[in-house]
Amino acid sequence: MATSIQNISLSGKKKQVSNKEMTFWERLYLVAIIKGLLITIKHFFRKKATIHYPEQVREFSPVYRGKHTLKRDEQGRENCTACGLCALTCPAEAITMKAAERKKGEEHLYREEKYAEIYEINMLRCIFCGLCEEACPKDAIYLTISKELVPAQYDREDFIYGKDKLVMPLEVAMANTQKLN
Amino acid sequence: MKVTIDGHEIEVEAGTTILQAARMIGGDVVPPAMCYYSKLKGTGGKCRCCLVEVTKGSDANPTPMPKLVASCVTGCMDGMEVNSKSSERVTEARKAVTEFLLINHPLDCPVCDQAGECDLQNLSFEHGKAQTRFIEEKRTFEPENIGDKIQLHMNRCILCQRCVQVAEQLTDYRVHGVLNRGDHAQISTMVSAAIDNEFSGNMIDVCPVGALTDKTFRFKSRVWFNKPFNAHRECTTPGCCGKVTVWMFGNEIQRVTARKDEFHEVEDFICNTCRYDKKEVSDWTIEGPRKFEKDSVINVNNYTRKMDKVVINTEKGILMGRDEDRKKISMADIDYNEKIDGTQVKK
Repeated sequence: MATSIQNISLSGKKKQVSNKEMTFWERLYLVAIIKGLLITIKHFFRKKATIHYPEQVREFSPVYRGKHTLKRDEQGRENCTACGLCALTCPAEAITMKAAERKKGEEHLYREEKYAEIYEINMLRCIFCGLCEEACPKDAIYLTISKELVPAQYDREDFIYGKDKLVMPLEVAMANTQKLN
Repeated sequence: MKVTIDGHEIEVEAGTTILQAARMIGGDVVPPAMCYYSKLKGTGGKCRCCLVEVTKGSDANPTPMPKLVASCVTGCMDGMEVNSKSSERVTEARKAVTEFLLINHPLDCPVCDQAGECDLQNLSFEHGKAQTRFIEEKRTFEPENIGDKIQLHMNRCILCQRCVQVAEQLTDYRVHGVLNRGDHAQISTMVSAAIDNEFSGNMIDVCPVGALTDKTFRFKSRVWFNKPFNAHRECTTPGCCGKVTVWMFGNEIQRVTARKDEFHEVEDFICNTCRYDKKEVSDWTIEGPRKFEKDSVINVNNYTRKMDKVVINTEKGILMGRDEDRKKISMADIDYNEKIDGTQVKK
């Protein structure tokens, strides 16, 4: 006998529903309520899925990549020589720079003959892939483990980070050198 | 005369060198050349990059040549058989030559303006090794000013002497040459006379490394951020062809160079007026984008396809749909012999 179309379950989820009358205990609902409460109470003793965010912070992956920094060497000179390889490799085209020639008397500021006069990263474009870090031949740009990526701002312009926000502060460079010695 | 290079046979005229024959074949068999320049007489034989193995001297005397020979200065013989890239010995020799050339090279490619179109970079990319075995101090020179148009970086020089030949053959009297000998050899001007001849700028183009670079372009941009275009102008300087490559950033001409062919040799020499003084777009007739070999970094500025202005018809598209979709079959004025784009169906 061929099955009629009404009996076929294409999704396999077809369920026969019945309209049978409930028994006394079922009509009382108490059993159902206690069952439900037991499930709730069980969860009190389970490990919590959430954390108290500002006070507690989750553990980061060891390969976590945060905000960029332009490093200085142990003498406090900027490593970046504006070779443009980070901008070349950047898949989001977030990096722009302008090179300038080091003048006499600036040898303590910049390591090479050429340096980046302007260095900008558009944080709205950046995808934190770390390719700039990988391309850099001078170990100048690094993605830090800073937990704060990009703070919220009102203007788009504020998301274009210049050298003021990117270059490692001199005090940090000095502290690093002291740590080394 | 018949020559076989890496199994490729070619018919050449008497007096052709092996390198020229290989360039006629083209492709992988072409040996790299750092000092040889086909447009300049007397170049070649210095850098030893183009070493090849001759496995059969000629039909008359088929004995192989015992040593590797510099292909740029060795003439072809009838029936000669040459191994270039296919020979293990040649690959080894080129590796060794590259290592020697890099001994005194400062490896400051991130700073150097030649990076991206540098022959030594290409050579070491193909034949160089990643490590260095040289632990001694590199040869350095005091920076020297040779005029306000050309920047000399003597540390980067590999002493190919192409620029000396340019000065010898293109300019009236040359004021620079090779001073001293051996490790102290350097390119310099006599009593630091500034180089101001009308064709002196060509030594920038013939320099295979970044030893001679354009001072008007110094640190302005990396070459691969510029867009090269073929351009020409009516140049009144005698001897100048006026055909150049202009390197643009936006609407600004940053640099003017001669046009370089696939072997990185200039097609025609240009004068200093074209090179340094004509930096306005209105000075030039732009012909079109300049093509470079497939693996060149200059190609990252991929603008060669035509870019049309994007018209956003969102409002019209949402409200009315595409024109071709709006045609209804049931409408009386549709011709059934007409395709959807309006062309007639052929009978």
